[in-house]
Amino acid sequence: MKVKMLSRNPDNYVRETKLQQHKVPRNYDPELHPLEGAREYVRALNATKLDRVFAKPFVCNLSGHRDGVSCFGKHPKMLSTLATGAYDGEVRIWDLANRCSSRNFVAHDGFVRGIAYARNGERFLTVGDDKTIKVWKSESPEVGEDEEPVNTILSRYILHGIAHNRKDNHFATCGEVCAIWDEKHNDPLKTLKWGVDTLHTISYNPVETNVLACCASDRSIILYDQREAQPLRKVVLTMKSNKLAWNPMEAFNFTVANEDCNLYTFDTRKLHTPLKVHFDHVSAVTDVDYSPTGKEFVTASYDKTIRIYQAHQSHSRDIYHTKRMQHVVCVSWSLDNRYIFSGSDEMNVRMWKANASEKLGVIRPRERANFNYQEALKAKYAAHPQIKRIARHRQVPRHVLNAQRKMRVVKEKDQIKEANVRKHSKKGTVPHVSEKKKHIIKEEV
Amino acid sequence: MTKTEPKKRSKAPAGPKRYFDSSNQGDGDGELEPIKLKRKTQQNFLGDFIKMTQSKSKPKDKLKVKPPKKEKISPHLVEKYTRGDKVESRGVKTRHFKEQQQRKEVYLEYATEQAARTELLLTETPGQLEADEEETTASFRQGEIVANVDLQSAAKHFQLQLDFGPYTMSYTKNGRHLLLGGRRGHVAAFDWVTKKLHCEFNVMESISDVQWLHLPTMYAVAQKSWVYFYDHKGTELHCVKRLNNVNRLDFLPYHFLLAASNRTGYLSWLDVSLGELVGNFNTGLGDIRLMKHNPSNGVVCVGGGKGVVSMWSPKVREPLIKLLTHGTAMTALSVDPKGRHLVTAGLDKTVKVWDLRMLNDQPLALFHLRLPANQLDISQRGMLALSQGTYLEAYTDILSGGGTGDPTKLPYLRQRCDAFVHGLHYCPYEDVLGVSTAKGFVSLLIPGSGEPNFDALEDNPYETRKQRREHEVHALLEKIPAELITMDPQEIIGVDAPTLQEKIDAKRQLFHLKPTKIEMKSRRKMKGRGGTAKMARNKQIVKDLKRKEFISDIKKAKQNVIAQSRSKDAGDEASKFSSKTKQRSVLDRFKPKNQKKSQKS
Repeated sequence: MKVKMLSRNPDNYVRETKLQQHKVPRNYDPELHPLEGAREYVRALNATKLDRVFAKPFVCNLSGHRDGVSCFGKHPKMLSTLATGAYDGEVRIWDLANRCSSRNFVAHDGFVRGIAYARNGERFLTVGDDKTIKVWKSESPEVGEDEEPVNTILSRYILHGIAHNRKDNHFATCGEVCAIWDEKHNDPLKTLKWGVDTLHTISYNPVETNVLACCASDRSIILYDQREAQPLRKVVLTMKSNKLAWNPMEAFNFTVANEDCNLYTFDTRKLHTPLKVHFDHVSAVTDVDYSPTGKEFVTASYDKTIRIYQAHQSHSRDIYHTKRMQHVVCVSWSLDNRYIFSGSDEMNVRMWKANASEKLGVIRPRERANFNYQEALKAKYAAHPQIKRIARHRQVPRHVLNAQRKMRVVKEKDQIKEANVRKHSKKGTVPHVSEKKKHIIKEEV
Repeated sequence: MTKTEPKKRSKAPAGPKRYFDSSNQGDGDGELEPIKLKRKTQQNFLGDFIKMTQSKSKPKDKLKVKPPKKEKISPHLVEKYTRGDKVESRGVKTRHFKEQQQRKEVYLEYATEQAARTELLLTETPGQLEADEEETTASFRQGEIVANVDLQSAAKHFQLQLDFGPYTMSYTKNGRHLLLGGRRGHVAAFDWVTKKLHCEFNVMESISDVQWLHLPTMYAVAQKSWVYFYDHKGTELHCVKRLNNVNRLDFLPYHFLLAASNRTGYLSWLDVSLGELVGNFNTGLGDIRLMKHNPSNGVVCVGGGKGVVSMWSPKVREPLIKLLTHGTAMTALSVDPKGRHLVTAGLDKTVKVWDLRMLNDQPLALFHLRLPANQLDISQRGMLALSQGTYLEAYTDILSGGGTGDPTKLPYLRQRCDAFVHGLHYCPYEDVLGVSTAKGFVSLLIPGSGEPNFDALEDNPYETRKQRREHEVHALLEKIPAELITMDPQEIIGVDAPTLQEKIDAKRQLFHLKPTKIEMKSRRKMKGRGGTAKMARNKQIVKDLKRKEFISDIKKAKQNVIAQSRSKDAGDEASKFSSKTKQRSVLDRFKPKNQKKSQKS
């Protein structure tokens, strides 16, 4: 007779001292874990609910400007530094870690139109309504010294924006013309023109650094190459585009913030149709900035809200607003992909979390593992109606809700009207035009 | 110093001779040997090299040690951990989602493999009992087994002589604590491993069943008229008057539901976390004496006097499934802890094993006994125990069949108790069978019955108070709502595709649709011109138009459905051909009317 009984040595299952962790032997046999689907579903539901409970995106408010904030400049190397320009010509440098302004000076008469840091972050350039480009040192001056620009360039044309090349020492300004400058010269290397309209925003491609794009007041978007004498291409939309941002990862794509409440993502190779139209804003979109991962972008709007979109989705994934925030003029996504900055008319710069429910501070490995598990669960059960409803729910200001309702009515009316016209006209005379193509007037080469 | 200097040192013979250049060239010093500098990093080193002769047996292979290759896992083992077949990416329409699906499958495969690899880390092996030649395991008595096992295991065999009548029993989910309830009011709760008594008292009422709740600190007792909750010290926590005349109790740990069956045929589910009845209805089965829940999906199985097992969910007032198991009344019922098999016993002296996942009218296995089995239980590793009066039998494989009527298939172990058996439960995670009889309780050793490796996040026999508290919080957070109790536990992660019945219903509904009422508000556009009469007329016109449109739409849809079903019915090519070629001709109008109609329809 051979007999063996199951007898466990308790020493293998009980911790020896109180300083140790409890022993947790695991057995992943699916049969010891019954009702797996239902339990995971409940966990996913709880995770989604917790996500909404902890969705508190507002981090802090940076006050100090004495007029509306007009533009941002991101330091390419220091995450805790942000430069902001205001309507009264004041530039402030913020120390974000301490949430205070480390330096401020009046740079221009009238608006500060644009701030751009140089490649290495040692200097930054500002342009203003006084037709000057000023170069400043990033370091604050010694005690007792005055704030003096390193260099001041007087431009012949009005200036509306500035962008710095990511790889060499060139920078570009826009205004009446698009001008390419070298940091060491006081005259533009080149001026590029297409018509006589004002160009109000300019942006360098982050990868193919010779290419740049401008938005013009004749409702067009123009692509330039800084090596060539002539502009490359132009696409005209139904309404004016306010800002343009290149996707830093898929650098052949860019997104423009349009006056008609929408954003359009274009592929530079196919300008005749946008890749995606991004809806949801109820007033003119004033600014757009991509996250450094290129998967998402943030937009600011005249409807007093900020929205976050996934680059390949038409509808926003999140909306941020506060009672006190007025028309948002500029917005920026921090280079560590964790924060969003917004500057608005009522003189404040606000800092938000990019992921509304993210926990700030030190996260222990076990907590991190739990967060990852929750994320996976949420993704797995995202399509379930209950979970979808909770995940999608957002509190929206009353005026936005009303405006959305109004826009929906207008859209329905237009559709009905179009259908009626189509019904009562000869077949084929009223073609179906897709929502994407509706807003593009023409492409010129 | 420049960075190039060390290079010069290596090219020693060309330059002026230095004292450390080479000992081979005639110095005969012998103590210092030339240092060959090879690595770039070493060349940039600006300090002095103090390097003595090194033996040739450099631990060179230390760098070359490769990480051990991962052993391949047997497909049989991987099979155990798979959650079903791969999703065919062929049916996926867009390339994006197809790739996404394929990527997901790769991850799933990896996860399955990783889970299978953890099998290596399991420390315990199941118990076993082997007979020598010319012996059978059935001939072994408990005394022999106890004499041959270690002290710790031998202590697990014990007997309690108790005076308060036929006893019922319940083990906690982690198998650590035992609850006994005597018909004549005796309740005892204790840690049966350490034999530490939590409480013992007499409720001074008849007791029909006892059941542990989610913690070893709380249990329910079905007394004469109501169900009472007590804690582990014997304090009465609740008297649940909504559960009256209860015969059987069962607890669904993941749903926090206490299922109770009633002498008048009521089934009730009490949510013990909220104290609410989530389901309470009359099954129409009369006195329910047999009730067990299926651990894999939470459905309650009820056995009746007519030999029918019916399965109930708290939110559905009809049985989900009815299964005719015996031609006679049933005497016992049990469900496998893995939810695969249902075992039933009837007065016809048979025990039948049914496949719960594919319910057929034929049982998987059949046991013929000399007497009807009055208690049944299945262990975690699939051992069957059955009692016939005072006589107990245990079988290793429930699918092999056998029974006392079959001399070729002897039971694994058998035992005679000193009194009639009233309760039979395998202890989870132990090789122990608890038997409660009319005169007390016996704990029997059945080697190989319990699952050797527990998962501490699921059930932990060694949990401390802190762990227990944390476990309770987690379990409460993950409480499954009662609505999710269905026959198929995987339904929630499946695709919500309409069933054939739903499709047929949707088609059928087309024939009974009525035009919707149209609410119209006319804008008062024509100030002064026209009046209410005109407005009403306009309204009527619009309504008529809409109705006509609706009717024509429905007509089209109906014709579509009819045409589809007809083409399916006909099937053969000829009919299709005829229906296509038969077009209306101009001369049709001269045909008699009824003929025309028949052609149309």
